[in-house]
Amino acid sequence: MKSLAKHREAWLAGAIVLLVLLVALRFPAFARPDNLLAVFNDYSILIILALGQMAVILTRSIDLSMASNLAFTGMVVAMTNAAFPGVPVPFLILEAMVIGVALGAFNGALVWKLGIPPIVVTLGTLTVFRGATFVISGGAWVNADAMSPAFISLQRAVFLGLPVLTWFAIIAIAVFFVVMTRTSFGRSIYAAGVNPTASVYAGIDVGRTKFIAFCISGMVAGLCGYLWVSRYVIASTEVANGYELQIVAACVIGGVSIAGGVGSVGGAVLGALFLGVIGSALPVINISPFWQLAISGAAIILAVVLNARGEKNKGRIILKKVATA
Amino acid sequence: MGRAAKSASKREKDKARWGRQYKAQPVRMNMLQHPHSADVVRDRPGKESDEAAPRLTLSGISKSFPGVRALHDVALSLHPGRVTALIGENGAGKSTLVKIMTGIYQPDAGEIAIDGQRIELPNAHAAFEHGITAIHQETVLFDDLTVAENIFLGHAPRTRLGLIDWRTMRANAREVLETMRAGHIDADARLRDLGIANKHLVAVARAMSIDAQIVIMDEPTAALSAKEIEELFLLIEFLKEAGKAILFISHKFDEIYRIADRYTVFRDGEMVGEGRLANTSEGEIVKAMVGRSVDHIFPERTPRIGAPLLSVSGLSHPTEFDDISFELRRGEILGFYGLVGAGRSEVMQAIAGMTRTSGGAMTLDGETLAPKSAASAIASGIVYVPEERGTQGVVIGLPIFQNVSLPSLSRTSKNGVLRLAEEFALARTYTERLDLRAASLSQDVGTLSGGNQQKVVIAKWLATRPRVIILDEPTKGIDIGSKAAVHGFMAELVAEGLSVIMVSSELPEILGMSDRIVVMREGRMVDILENKDLDAETLVRAAAGIVA
Amino acid sequence: MTTFERHIPDRLDTPLRSALLSWEMLLVLVAVAIFIVNSLASPYFLNAWSISDLTFNFAEKGLIALAMALLIIAGEIDLSVAAIIALASTAMGMAMQAGLDTPGLVAVGLAVGLACGAFNGLLVTRLGLPSIVVTIGTMSLFRGIAYIVLGDEAFRGYPASFAYFGQGYVWWVVSFEVVLFAVMALVFWFLLHRTIFGRTVFAIGNNPVAAAFSGVRVERVKFILFCLTGLMAGVASVLLTSRLGSTRPSIAQGYELEVITMVVLGGVSILGGSGSITGVVLAAIIMGLVTFGLGLLNVPGIVMSIVIGLLLITVIALPILWRRVREARV
Repeated sequence: MKSLAKHREAWLAGAIVLLVLLVALRFPAFARPDNLLAVFNDYSILIILALGQMAVILTRSIDLSMASNLAFTGMVVAMTNAAFPGVPVPFLILEAMVIGVALGAFNGALVWKLGIPPIVVTLGTLTVFRGATFVISGGAWVNADAMSPAFISLQRAVFLGLPVLTWFAIIAIAVFFVVMTRTSFGRSIYAAGVNPTASVYAGIDVGRTKFIAFCISGMVAGLCGYLWVSRYVIASTEVANGYELQIVAACVIGGVSIAGGVGSVGGAVLGALFLGVIGSALPVINISPFWQLAISGAAIILAVVLNARGEKNKGRIILKKVATA
Repeated sequence: MGRAAKSASKREKDKARWGRQYKAQPVRMNMLQHPHSADVVRDRPGKESDEAAPRLTLSGISKSFPGVRALHDVALSLHPGRVTALIGENGAGKSTLVKIMTGIYQPDAGEIAIDGQRIELPNAHAAFEHGITAIHQETVLFDDLTVAENIFLGHAPRTRLGLIDWRTMRANAREVLETMRAGHIDADARLRDLGIANKHLVAVARAMSIDAQIVIMDEPTAALSAKEIEELFLLIEFLKEAGKAILFISHKFDEIYRIADRYTVFRDGEMVGEGRLANTSEGEIVKAMVGRSVDHIFPERTPRIGAPLLSVSGLSHPTEFDDISFELRRGEILGFYGLVGAGRSEVMQAIAGMTRTSGGAMTLDGETLAPKSAASAIASGIVYVPEERGTQGVVIGLPIFQNVSLPSLSRTSKNGVLRLAEEFALARTYTERLDLRAASLSQDVGTLSGGNQQKVVIAKWLATRPRVIILDEPTKGIDIGSKAAVHGFMAELVAEGLSVIMVSSELPEILGMSDRIVVMREGRMVDILENKDLDAETLVRAAAGIVA
Repeated sequence: MTTFERHIPDRLDTPLRSALLSWEMLLVLVAVAIFIVNSLASPYFLNAWSISDLTFNFAEKGLIALAMALLIIAGEIDLSVAAIIALASTAMGMAMQAGLDTPGLVAVGLAVGLACGAFNGLLVTRLGLPSIVVTIGTMSLFRGIAYIVLGDEAFRGYPASFAYFGQGYVWWVVSFEVVLFAVMALVFWFLLHRTIFGRTVFAIGNNPVAAAFSGVRVERVKFILFCLTGLMAGVASVLLTSRLGSTRPSIAQGYELEVITMVVLGGVSILGGSGSITGVVLAAIIMGLVTFGLGLLNVPGIVMSIVIGLLLITVIALPILWRRVREARV
């Protein structure tokens, strides 16, 4: 069971390959590289969001407000674009990330400075952010007519054979990989989750680490706010409603422990892709998309069951093992 | 009024019974005086000429928390290449001092200096930068990170781009471990997969890697076997040779005399003595610690042992213990001795229904006993007072009376409905019998001292009116006054016909209290000894498996 | 008098004094304040029928909150309650199509709720899984099954007698829902504060290991609590389905958050170990008052959710800030 935990990424990758092959048995087109790249592109946003959520969960916290943050930022960006079509898109992306960080910082500050449990804080901001989206838009939608062509087309542009949206995901994966494994901040995120007490002795400010993790998840949610509204060409209060659970699901399936300190960039990405492959395969094999929710629910339960089995305490080993010759 | 009068007369009786043995001597005046006055136990000046100048000095340190004065004007100095033992009862202020030295707490007053230079330790990182590191029992390492990362967290080698250089980090980790003769530890292993002794080695490796000049070891031997303790001591010798100044905190005098050069004694947040161990007897230190004589701490009793009550035969568990057989008689205290991790607690937890066994049989008063849960064991009259008071004993967050009544609720209630008056009465009866010190029974049990919490735990179990009470390390980490109360009480219980099993790793306790002693080693019974003219050496040899 | 020197009193403060300084008292004041603001803000508020209408705003969620309070005090949580409502409602719809009448429908709704709760409970207690993750999973699973059955369809045409639970009145303006809520509040109050079971819930929430060592059957108590929570979700499902007269798979979306907000607002520690039913009932009433008051002022529902979200954060932050200020002065 220890080996399962160790090679979780390999197992998950294997499961994804198996899924693809099973579908490909009946529908070979599904396994074609261009289709798989399309699946990746479709789930790029979930991948990016899962990475941000992972950073938070690693510190023994959870951010349930990501989808609402996404909806709010998406709305602000779309309204900015509608009102000032001349503002260049990179500036809008920056705007999205800044707003996202601000909302994340609000969560983080409540957790850090007041010590309120993260689940309570983000349950609250989940409704607050989405309500705020309604307030600033007055309940109206921003749709394709109001958006500038550059706003819509940027992420669809193809660069080196891949859509820019895919590149966003690839860059996010690379940045997260470097930050989480090769910087002292990334390692302090792990340390703070594994053992907060020990972290203090090692000179890590656990509260501040959590705060920054929330800023990261906020920034990522903000970025995805832009990506989402430009991809689906609509900004409304209902955008990504309930999506926060998909994000948590991707992390849990990817082996990120809700108890903190355990999880990897590869795992979170594979967790998101697992949901992606299922979501994309359903219409292909002619199963109603209404099945998706139940399947991802079952996948989460299965993932936690498998996760937990290795950790169950079976008593101490005191007796010397009798040599089995 | 009736109840109060009764318990008052009972206290009189207790006093008559125990007063003889306690010899509560008047506190020696010099112990209570200001630490800097000339009378403090301190070896003669001039003897220190062979000591180098202190590396770290703390002076005039005071620290208060709301309602508690944790430290008052204490001083401590650590010398390079020397081990200083910090001695004191729980609550004497040792852990507060460690937290000040590691930058977790800020002192209200006082100075800290390294090599004569005054320094500030506003946070843990500052302490780390000044080369101060602490090795705690288990709390300062990271289970899910690798050995290499545990050693280098916070000061990992970097590549030119400023990124963590894992390759160099692993190589350096291996190097550090090898210089400590700990090359058997895999730098890539997850810490979780290491034993406690190896975890200590990793902690020391971390201290080496940051070139810490001041190493604080806070009860490092608490969970180690005798062999592992020996290895740790070799390591401490190694650190001494490397010129480190070491603070060694331990409750065990044999260890202190074995490894330390100097000592400092704290009592109630004040420094009450310091000096070189070579010039000081154990008795002097103990006196300084408790501020009174501790002669005859164990009650004298005339055992009236009756017929066998609990009999255990061939009790086995797949991994924890094998073929445990013994009989416990009425009115008997049966001691279980062994090294930490010998499987004693595990046997007790099986008897008390907490774990499943794979074989063997038990009878209680002739009837078959096969408890499926703690609840069914309690119902048949067997209770287990666990070793881990904080995690297994008290329910912090609940008031004292609810802690006491928890396993007896079916008795204080009617048809599942609580009756508070009965609960208070039950709680009062048993806590007063144990001489609990508390402001009210509705007080959160978490606000009590360790010794008083232990009294609540014992009261809780007595309230179930057990026939057999199993006490696992009943006086671990409690002050000497509470210890005496617990021992006195045990004697009282068996006098009333109860049977007691006492698991203890403290030789004086096991020899002072038991009628017979079961010795366990590595999950098996080694011997059952009558406690008559038994010496400590025999027990230790049996427990450690040393053939005479 | 010397005989009393070592006598430990039962308690130091008087029950009245501690009641006056309690969280519940603060909630009462908040409720009264909102009530007054409501009456001043809208001429339609002070009216028996208005006040009766507002009870529908909290009775269904409040019923779940009663059970959820026990679960959270015991250190667990159930995020799947809204999904259980959806699944139970779907099951009732199927039962209706199969020709069952009102008593049968109610039985199906309650049974499905109980079964879902038992499923959560088994996963948490038998396999030792963290309840927050398990119920995030079952939340998707239960609602997912409702979607598989219904897709974008809806069940309609419940029998006329079935409408009583969500639309009927026991006497004058007193609805069946509010009577049921009041009765269940008393039952849960008694269960939590006056029985052995309730005491063990507190003990488990504060220290499950020590509770187990003390002979409390921790896993069994937790399992029962999950079952109770599922059952109350089933009850809420009957009421809501009856009130709406139809079942869509999106029914009761987001209820779990409102229920948890009620519980936390009611003074139950999200970390487990403390809380009271009185507080939860008051919190349910406050949330009903806020939603209804804003509704009278034609504030859209989504904006009300801002108020509720902020309310949740503020009621937790305020005592912490208050303590900080007091400690800073010492």
